[in-house]
Parts: sequence; C-alpha cells; structure tokens
Amino acid sequence: MKKNRLMGLALAGAVALTVAGCGGQAAPAGSEDKSASAEADYKVQMVTDMGGVNDQSFNQLAWEGLQQLEDETGIPVNYTESKQEADYATNLDKAVDAGSNTVWGIGFAMADAIQTAAKSNPDVHFAIIDNAYPEDALLDNLTGVTFKTQEPSFVAGYIAAMTTQTGKVGFIGGMKSDVLETFNWGFQAGVAYANATEGKDVKVVSQYIETFTDAAKGKAAGQKMYSDGCDIVFACAGNAGNGVIESATEANKMVIGVDKDQYDLAPENMLTSVMKNVDQAVIEVSKQAADGEEVGGKNIELSAKDGAVAISEHHDLMEDAVYEKAQDLFKQIKDGKITPPGTEKDFNAYVESL
Amino acid sequence: MASASAIAPKGKASQDSLLQRILKKPITATFIAIFLGFVVAAILLAAAGYDPIASFTALFEGVFSKPKYISNTIIKAAPIILTGISVAFAFKTGMFNIGAEGQYVAGTVCAVIVGSTLDLPMFLQIPAVVLAGVAGGALIGSITGFLKARFGIHEVITAIMLNWTMLYLNNFVVNSAMFHRPSSTSSIPVNDSSFTMILPEWKLSDQGLETLRNVPWLYDFLVKSDVNIAFLVAILVAILIWFVLYRSKLGFELRAVGFNRDAAEFAGMPVERNTVLAMTIAGGISGLAGALMITGIAPHCISTLAGFENYGFNGFSVALIAGSSPIGCIFAGLLFGGLLYGGTSVQMAVGAPTDIINIMIGTIVFFVALARVVTLIAQHLEKRSAEKANGSGGACAEVGAPASAQAKGQEESHA
Repeated sequence: MKKNRLMGLALAGAVALTVAGCGGQAAPAGSEDKSASAEADYKVQMVTDMGGVNDQSFNQLAWEGLQQLEDETGIPVNYTESKQEADYATNLDKAVDAGSNTVWGIGFAMADAIQTAAKSNPDVHFAIIDNAYPEDALLDNLTGVTFKTQEPSFVAGYIAAMTTQTGKVGFIGGMKSDVLETFNWGFQAGVAYANATEGKDVKVVSQYIETFTDAAKGKAAGQKMYSDGCDIVFACAGNAGNGVIESATEANKMVIGVDKDQYDLAPENMLTSVMKNVDQAVIEVSKQAADGEEVGGKNIELSAKDGAVAISEHHDLMEDAVYEKAQDLFKQIKDGKITPPGTEKDFNAYVESL
Repeated sequence: MASASAIAPKGKASQDSLLQRILKKPITATFIAIFLGFVVAAILLAAAGYDPIASFTALFEGVFSKPKYISNTIIKAAPIILTGISVAFAFKTGMFNIGAEGQYVAGTVCAVIVGSTLDLPMFLQIPAVVLAGVAGGALIGSITGFLKARFGIHEVITAIMLNWTMLYLNNFVVNSAMFHRPSSTSSIPVNDSSFTMILPEWKLSDQGLETLRNVPWLYDFLVKSDVNIAFLVAILVAILIWFVLYRSKLGFELRAVGFNRDAAEFAGMPVERNTVLAMTIAGGISGLAGALMITGIAPHCISTLAGFENYGFNGFSVALIAGSSPIGCIFAGLLFGGLLYGGTSVQMAVGAPTDIINIMIGTIVFFVALARVVTLIAQHLEKRSAEKANGSGGACAEVGAPASAQAKGQEESHA
C-alpha cells in the first residue's frame, strides 16, 4: 500500500506537469495581443521592494507615477511585487521577458539585483529609485535616481525649531544610509540655521532604529523621544515611521511626515511633511528614456529646482509667519542661495559658516 | 479492493465501485483539493473582474513557457521541498514541527556567519558553510525536541517562541558591527567560494557572457537564473529520509513513537532519545534549506526581517499536500513553487494581485486538510451501493460488504 501510494503520487505529479505544460503551449497569444494593441511600442515596468505596491510610501508613489504616465502618453505600464529578497532577480527577469524597455527598481535594497540584471540584459534600460551607483559600477543602460532630500528637510528643521516649546526636537531614521543621512543632516542644518538667525537654542536628538518595516519598534522609539522631552519628531522610517506617528497622536505631540504628504494620517499632529516626489521622477525619467534620450550610464540627483522635493502645503499647526519664512527659505534653496548639507562633513562645514 | 470490484454486479453498480476505488486513493483527495483550489481561485478572479482563463494561462505560461522559467520554478521549489521534508519527517515521528521557519532562519544566519568569515578553497568552503547551516537548524530543532522529551513542554509552543527568537537573532546579526553591510538593510554576503550555483564566476565574466550569447537557451538558463544544486540535494534528502523512515531500524522506532508513544515506550524503545533525535534531524533539514538559499541564490546574505519570509511555513503546506511523504514533498514543493513563481506572471498579464494566488494556495491546503471528507464520500457511496445491491441481488452484497470493510480497515491503517 505504502509503495503504491508513493508511486501514485509520483505519477500524479508527472501527469500534472505534462498537462500543465500542454496548457501553456496551447495559448501563448493572450498576453502578446495585449501589448501589440497598445499605441506606443515602448513599455515601462516596475518591481517593488518587499514593501509591496500599497506601502503608503515610495512604492505606491512610483506606481501612481507610472499610472499617470500611461494616462498621459499611452505607454503601457505594469508592476510586480517582491515578497522575498530572492524575488528581486526573478521579478526583474520577468519584467524583461514581458518586453519592457525601461524597468524600474524601487528602493536601494534592490541596487545589486538591478545592477546584475542590467549587466545580463544590455538591451533594456534599468533605473533605480534611491540609489546612486559609484562611477565604476555604472553601466550604459543603468540610471540611478536620488533626491536632494536635505533641501525640504532643511526647511522642516527650520519649522520645527521655530515651533518647538520644549527646545528639543527629534529625528528617527530607518537605517543609517546615504539616503537617510540627507534627511538627518538637512533637518539638523535647518535647526542650526534657526538657532543662528532667529536666536533660538534648539537641540536635535537623532536616532536610527534599524528597520523600515517594524511599526512597533518605531512606536517605541517615538514614545521614548516624546517622554525624553522632544515635542516634535521627524519620522523618517517608511512603515516603521507610521509607528512614530501613532506614538505622536497618543502623546498628542507633533510629528513630521516623510516621502508623501502624510497629513491625512494624523491631521491633529502632522506639523508638515518632507515630500519626495518619486512619482514625478519616475514619469520624467521614463519619458526621457522613451523619447530616446541618453538617460543611462549616469546618476540623476533631483532637487527642489526640478520640483522633485517639497514640503507639505498643510500648515495649520505652525504660525503663518513661520510658514511664510519657510516658503521663502525653500525659494532661496531653489535659487541656490542656500545649499543645505546632506552629509555629516558638509553639515559641520555649514554650521561653521553660519 | 480489486476483489470488491470483481464481484460487483455489472452496470451502474460497477461504475460506482470504480468511482469508489478512485475516491479511496489518498492521491485522489489531493487532486480534488488542488482542483477545488483552482475553482475557488477562478470564482474569486471572476468576481474581482479578471478573466480566470487568461489568468490561469498566464500562470502556466509563467512556469512552463521557457526553460528558464522551469529552472526558476525548480529553484524556488528547492528550499520549500526541504522544509517540507523537515515537517513531514517530524510529523511521521509524531511531532508538529512548526519551528521549520526558525530552523531555516538559523540555517541562513549560521551559513552567513561562517561563509563570510571563512574564505577557504571551494571544496572545503561549501561543505563548511552548508554544514554550519545544518548545525544551526539542528541545534534549534534539538532544543525543541529536548524540552519536549525531558519536560513534556509542547513542541508547538517552544517552536513558535524559537521562531521569533531566530528572527530577532537574524536582525541582531545583520545589524552587528561585524556583519552589517554599510548603507543597506543587509549583512555582508558570503565569500564567493561558498557559491553553489553552476559556474558562478565564469558565467558573468566578459568571456563567459560572450560565449554564452551564442547559445541562447543556455544563456537564458545559466545567466538569467541562479541555477544551483539545491534541488538535487533536496531529492537526495527526500530519498535518504524515505530510506531512514521505512528501511532502517531507527526509522521504524521513530515511526513507532509517532504512532503510539506509550506503546513504543512499553516495547522498550528509547522514546526520549528518539524525540530529540527526530527534532534534531528535522531541524537540520530546515537548516540545510537555509544554507543552500544563502549559497545558491543572490544576494547571498541575510537582511533585516520584519516578518517571516515563510520558507518554513510554506514547507508546512508542502508537507500537508504531500501527505507527509518525503518523496511526495518533491512534487508538492514543485507545485507550490510553480504557484508562487507563476503567480507573478498572473499579476503582470491580467493585473490581478498576487493575493489571489495566495488565496488559491490557501484553498488547496484547506481542501487537503478536508481530505477525509473525500474518504467519507467514498464510504457513503459504498454504503449506498451496498444497499442497492441488497435490493437486487442479495448474495453479492453479502460478499461485497466484508471486502469493503476490509478496505476501510486498510484505509484507516495508513491514514
């Protein structure tokens, strides 16, 4: 009996494979028809990192951007979600097989997978959000897109310094990395600017919580900061940042959102949001690539000047004068009169220059 | 069972008995479960506004339409086959190894620690890294087994706790100064000499790319997927575990403990030792899955985990679909790997969320768990046909009844 059962199982497995194989070969037309009927012969596809396409953050923004791209230009777009780290390579591969001309990877966790894919698919253009490749790692069909997020962070730092009652504000970052450091030092520089020009004496506490996904950890870090005397915290940690926002609503303190305008998450507590318009970036670079421009082989750093970063328009929790000054600062940054630092080294130099 | 059909009267009654015969095979229940899973998924897809036919076409195309896809399916299947065997093996010895996930994570962590620290020649490095993973998983498994054998603490509870302990150990190692890779959420990768892919370096070198471009299918097969040895290892492990379970004294004892602990103890078998040993082996197999993932698949490192990546829990489903047969795990794992991998194609082709695929997998597992219902239906049909036979020709039914009772008994014995 035992043997029969095993044999049966083996046989059944074999049958299932054969039957399925026939099904696959019989009807390959479905998906091809679809792409052929689209107007443009260019195709753009994105692969999310493990956050998934509904992450309330940059994956979602990127996908919204691509959908807008399809509406505007008729370029067909699509996405694939990664559930495990090991999915990056296979998802990128499937995106290439689907006939995509530009493939986006969202998030610096995918940097290596994108680079490998670019190397083995020289005919396809790859682009990544939030990663700049070193010169020697760049390939002709590879674009790294980063944002000068120190610029809006600087303005947020200024607003925080002008709004705080306790003289202490906090920064909570997901994980120490080049990208996150731009938020950190931009924010600290904004506070330093307010201290120097407005005669304030505001301190910044900065902490990395080593996770972008663990909201409980974010909440715990937020609670700690608020109970230590901070009354404004810049939550810069993806989904873990949502935990910080939760701790702010519970403590009824103020919080600064990140990536997209997070006002809706906590209208009573959201001082402002440091926005990174991933959607606009995805649209712009995809358009350029579709128009045949040479976008590969370089890192693109998008700034306030390109309209790629901004702060929220919601300002009910700050004084109007502060908001006006903030707008003015942002304009000065756009015009190049102020250059907010994005690294510790630049920050130290900047503070000395104040 | 054959005798039952031979003596049954011709016509409708003999048809019934054929149906009964089919229904009684455990594999039938599995197939019905898989079929029902697809049906439920089709209904869901249709309800959500997606064309089920196009979706399933995309699913099968995503698995079978290119040699590369088949190889990717096999790559995806390999670790869950191993964790499936781990769960199945423990189950055969009467234990519920819900800790496969944690043992898998322990395997990845140990493999990374050893693989990134040591840099030996390949023929020493690979065994060292893989054995480290096996040892890590085995250690975690043995803790569960020991607590169960010595203090009678239920293995499900300790295993769940150890799953989380391993998750946080993983995060601790990733973020430790020694193993953290700057500006990332990952650890440093293992050294190249640990790689268990086929021709790992050559295939991405300029010369290798040049040569392979002339042979498109091989280019597809080698360059575009992380072809590695994990699947072959999984098959070997399946055969080995089958051999241990059914052809060795140890296996006999382990299964005896699984059938009836007290009876086994009464028969003079070392139940405590066997419990620890069973969990150690189960843990080692899950740890092996983890180690082979690290050595075989990019990015060759561990990353901060917020939740489980489900390699162990998927192994649970695999074992369930396979009816806890180690060999069956190979096919169940391939089915599962195919669904997971092909699922991304469904998303691309018709835009349906991969959640639908997850629901389909869940439904299949659910119906497999309900497999006993199929046996009940078989028995019901049997009873009915016996009644009918009673009405027309009494003698046959009388002979038929004991035969079917005997069949029922056999069914019971290997369920």
